Amino acid sequence: MPSFNIIKRRLSSKKVGIAGSGGLGSNCAVALARVGVGHLVITDFDKVEESNLNRQYYFYDQIGMQKVDALEVNLLRINPLLQITKYDVKLTPSNIPEIFADCDVVVEAFDQASQKQMLIETILLHYPEKFLVAASGLAGWGGNEKIIQNTFGNFYICGDLETEVSDDLPPLAPRVGVVSNMQANIVLEILLGKIL
Amino acid sequence: MKITLNNTPEELEGNELTVQQLLDLKKYSFKMIIVKINGQVVRRPDFDKTLIRDGDDVVIFHLVSGG
Repeated sequence: MPSFNIIKRRLSSKKVGIAGSGGLGSNCAVALARVGVGHLVITDFDKVEESNLNRQYYFYDQIGMQKVDALEVNLLRINPLLQITKYDVKLTPSNIPEIFADCDVVVEAFDQASQKQMLIETILLHYPEKFLVAASGLAGWGGNEKIIQNTFGNFYICGDLETEVSDDLPPLAPRVGVVSNMQANIVLEILLGKIL
Repeated sequence: MKITLNNTPEELEGNELTVQQLLDLKKYSFKMIIVKINGQVVRRPDFDKTLIRDGDDVVIFHLVSGG
């Protein structure tokens, strides 16, 4: 088995794009920063709100900051050598191809199903060969045994594929954390190769 | 005809059917659906005119909100 230093060296030349810096995106970015992925592209047009703190990797004193700015601060506190390219924009079919052009892997980390669909379709249309890691179904709590990974060639989707966010079924830190870290785990498997 | 649907072999009647017919057959009624045929994404406006044929590798899954 390679030591962590060798793993870090291999990851240091990799670039991962994360579409969205909410519950999935902020937690996935933190996991990838910790293990030493060299370059992250982070995106979001929103500000940190108090209601985000039940699952997103932000702090109370960051309420009101742009998410990409707050996430950059948090990621650099973990890994000051991390290269970050941040886009404080709304992702659309016209800017997605350029923003993620040279990423080794793209992580879909949106909230709304319609946005997820837009991102996935845009990436699949423009870059059918690119690795894409999406998430669907992570609302509520419990049900660990329902959270799975589906693999279709270079396209991956994780979650329970059914629980939709609603007033009774909010997205919460544990399940969002599980799924976002599953996404990060798939990214590592893509970048480092399968070991299991 | 024989196709692969979500990594599983499936035997279907007839020689071809449209994406929409397959969605109806499999009772996929979700609003947000991703469809890939042999690696190529098919978008909703094309569901009625895109044909699935013997041997095709089809991926269909739906998306729900949350993140």
